[in-house]
Amino acid sequence: MLNVTNPMLLALVESTEQALPMWALIAYLVASVLFILGIKGLTHPRTAVRGNLMSAVGMFIAVVVTLPAVLGGLGWGLVIGGVAVGGAIGVVAATKVQMTAMPQMVAIFNGFGGGASIFVAWAELTATGPTQAAGSQMLIATALAGLIGAVTFSGSFIAYGKLQEFKIFWNPWVLPGHQLLNAVLGVAVVTMAVLVIAYPGGAVWWYIPLVIIALVLGVTLTCPIGGADMPVVIALLNSYSGLAAAATGFVINNTVLIIAGSLVGASGLILTAIMCKAMNRSLANVIFGKIDATKSVSADDIYAGKIKATSGEEIGMMLDGVQRVVIVPGYGMAVAQAQHAVRHLYNELEARDVNVEFAVHPVAGRMPGHMNVLLAEVDIPYEKLIESDDINPSLDTVDMAIVLGANDVVNPVAREEDSAIAGMPIVDVDKCRTVVVIKRSLSPGFAGIPNPLFALDNTLMFFSDGKEAVEEIVAAVKEN
Amino acid sequence: MLLLVLLLTILMLAIFLGFEIITKVPPTLHTPLMSGSNAISGITLVGAVISAGQHATTAAAIFGTIAVVMATINVVGGYMVTHRMLGMFRKKG
Repeated sequence: MLNVTNPMLLALVESTEQALPMWALIAYLVASVLFILGIKGLTHPRTAVRGNLMSAVGMFIAVVVTLPAVLGGLGWGLVIGGVAVGGAIGVVAATKVQMTAMPQMVAIFNGFGGGASIFVAWAELTATGPTQAAGSQMLIATALAGLIGAVTFSGSFIAYGKLQEFKIFWNPWVLPGHQLLNAVLGVAVVTMAVLVIAYPGGAVWWYIPLVIIALVLGVTLTCPIGGADMPVVIALLNSYSGLAAAATGFVINNTVLIIAGSLVGASGLILTAIMCKAMNRSLANVIFGKIDATKSVSADDIYAGKIKATSGEEIGMMLDGVQRVVIVPGYGMAVAQAQHAVRHLYNELEARDVNVEFAVHPVAGRMPGHMNVLLAEVDIPYEKLIESDDINPSLDTVDMAIVLGANDVVNPVAREEDSAIAGMPIVDVDKCRTVVVIKRSLSPGFAGIPNPLFALDNTLMFFSDGKEAVEEIVAAVKEN
Repeated sequence: MLLLVLLLTILMLAIFLGFEIITKVPPTLHTPLMSGSNAISGITLVGAVISAGQHATTAAAIFGTIAVVMATINVVGGYMVTHRMLGMFRKKG
């Protein structure tokens, strides 16, 4: 049994016993263990489904044991009503969403998680009232939950807008003196946080400008970040939503929020680090830096007279008699929804004893693992998806590389020291015997630099929409 | 104060545990890990239920209910979308 002479345990029991019975606290422990096992399961292909279910069961337990604490009165109806509305929205969104729109969906869910933290902290603040002086722990935690939650909320919705390609987000927004603006907002938000903490009586009022400024900060931090850096941003916002939940845990002295929130915070940071490494850039560089095309090479110098255009028919003929083909998918495949056409091409070529593989760059697409999701949707076998580092050494034995809507991740200038993307690991498609690049035009990728790959002797450009291009190639292959 | 130290201890241990259990994640699982952990961050729902349910003040009840709706979208949507994605990965296994 509990040793109530232990002051630490006594403190914990006293702070929570009015609200929650001991068995609920024990159930939180069970839920925490399920979250840990669940996240661990999600890191291995064989245990992933079970891991996700375990964590869902943990969530169910944590919520259900909390309900008796609110039994009776109007509160009961509010909770049931809220869960019904939120649950219905969640079910519809999760079942209707197309796999190509998955990054946006994850961004929105993430935003709502952050939003919930803002409102829980706010609710607790109003419930405490100025007379029962709130402790400084609660006030600090409230300020943090509001701050992180608000940045997550608005940042996630801006990310959603960018991923959905709303017109206003077509170009990254950079205001004059953007860094200064961020700095001013940062100082302002910290000031508000200090006021919340220093003046418990007025905390409930200072909290409002705190949240508003943090919401603006989420917008100004996310807006300048370009599309190709989205995998980093999504992973980072994911981490923030966990940290917001953990901060909320400190507001209400709840261990399961702290544990679950920390786990998410850690996993989001790990993914963020993986994404940054795949671009050979630091996190600070992604958030605050712009890619500087210091050695600006004019596109005309590189491309003039060296671009060879091709057609589906010609590619179809070239594919007759090849042995090994590598497809390099990029965001263009997602935009064109070309994954089904790619599957047809894969089927046709494999039926002709061609070995078809996919070279997947870690940051291809708009979220971590984006290409893997799309190719899994069309049943491309898992072992056919190969990480760029693993496929690079054998690319010189490849007859044809088909670059589908990727650009910067196959740009050979990354190997040159003074280029804007110097040191970024790339897929070395230029080593393949023939490279076909399917692209609408010669416009540069996110890095804003021309790609000498397009001008190589062994490169052919197929100017077309990704889906139509692949369908034309399939038709041509079938005729042979 | 003692409670705070206790909770901070839990926080530190959980963060380190998080870094330790996620070792090498294959790229195929990057998205499911992200959306699955995203669903877990909806644990704020527990806090939201307490805020809405205790109904301490009208404002707290309103804010709590908004939080319940938001967190439930996060939880239900997050788990379902992750399950749907993992189903696509599994059918070839």
